[in-house]
Amino acid sequence: MKELGNMLELRNMTKTLGDKLVLRNITLTLEKGEILAVIGPNGAGKSTFFKCTVGLLQPTSGEIYLNGKLVKKNSAEMKQRIGFLGHESFLYNNLSPLENLKFYGKLYKVKDLETKANELLKEVGLYLFRDIPIRSFSRGMMQRLAIARVLLPDPEILMLDEPHTGLDQEAVALLNTIILKKRESGTSILIISHDFEQVQALADRAAVLRKGKIVSAKRLGGEVSMAELKQWYEAEVKGT
Amino acid sequence: MMSILKDAWIIASKDLSNEIKTKQTIGMMVIFSSLVVLIFSFAFDPTNNMVKAVIPGLVWLITVFSGILGLNRSFLSEHENDALTGLRSAPIDPSSIYLGKVLANFLLVTAVQLVSIPVLFLLFDYRFFGKISWFFLVVVIGTLGFIIVGTFLAALSANAKNSEMLLPVLLLPLLSPLMIAAVQATRIVLENETIGDAVSWLRLMSAYDLLFLAACFFLFEFIMEGS
Repeated sequence: MKELGNMLELRNMTKTLGDKLVLRNITLTLEKGEILAVIGPNGAGKSTFFKCTVGLLQPTSGEIYLNGKLVKKNSAEMKQRIGFLGHESFLYNNLSPLENLKFYGKLYKVKDLETKANELLKEVGLYLFRDIPIRSFSRGMMQRLAIARVLLPDPEILMLDEPHTGLDQEAVALLNTIILKKRESGTSILIISHDFEQVQALADRAAVLRKGKIVSAKRLGGEVSMAELKQWYEAEVKGT
Repeated sequence: MMSILKDAWIIASKDLSNEIKTKQTIGMMVIFSSLVVLIFSFAFDPTNNMVKAVIPGLVWLITVFSGILGLNRSFLSEHENDALTGLRSAPIDPSSIYLGKVLANFLLVTAVQLVSIPVLFLLFDYRFFGKISWFFLVVVIGTLGFIIVGTFLAALSANAKNSEMLLPVLLLPLLSPLMIAAVQATRIVLENETIGDAVSWLRLMSAYDLLFLAACFFLFEFIMEGS
């Protein structure tokens, strides 16, 4: 059952890198227990938008509200509540999956860390590999472990930057099950994806980011067909 | 502040346990410093009195040059899988990343010194008559200053294309006041001269350490934002 209220709210967020305006007055809300997909062509500013929201980059102007509270610069509270899955895994090749999870778990002050890390490794199917250094892992295994790392502190908001990249069909199904389960438990999820199939299968709402600006948003919720979704996206990207 | 120190220790212990497992960096540092000592032992005649004058400089030469090898690796390893972004997106103060790296690098360089300085004394047939506690104090304060500045500049240069070349170019000029004081204090302590003279050099080194620690601690956040 979906809860009401804004979990995350961005108001007029702008970001300039050098003399280039990368994000232009982005205003967007993410409701509690909602999956919002941000889609857009390459170079639209999707990753910068994510980095600003997570706190890795400081917006040039604009405000971010978390649960109605204005977020201060480099807020640890904000980072504690957001689970960020980026393009890279953020994992250490010389450490085993368990050591990687324990390291991040300590930084996020996760209680009952050992049990939780082992449970997550079972959930993502890496329990048998828990003590092997991850340098020999395939891209898909790394991505599974990266997903476990993100889920470890039980974040209230999940920010997933192209999470399905490099995953096989089984892992895609596993990830989708985890995402839907998290939504059911009230976690808000923001996804960047180029994979329309996954966007259509998962997202409650989609927003198109073009040239650093949110040009349109559409409610999906499984009621919009793939053809309709693609047609809408293409029309918004071309600006027709 | 306690939470910054706690997070710094978590990061340092991750780096150290990683190093204990692979022994990549420390192995190279020990080999490098031992080779430098060996080459210098051939270059200078150990029976010559001039050796006494060379030893304080050599202590710091092997510390700085082997230390630079470790400093270069310290942030480059965080670029693997973009782990630095993982640290930056964690709910920790950016300065705890800096302190953690300072701690890990300091312990690594100290471990190398524990091997290379006795090897230096042995190969130069040097008999230690000074006060060992003062010698330790000079080495610890000097090394700490080197690591404080070196870690900061290693983070700064890690994003550059030729970081291995950039780090010494940035670091060595900044280290010169510290190294002048460290070599002088080491010479006084080793030659068992009046300790009062060494104390004034130690004060200078301590002031250098504190000043740069404060500056690097507060400026580190800005380096991280650019990475």
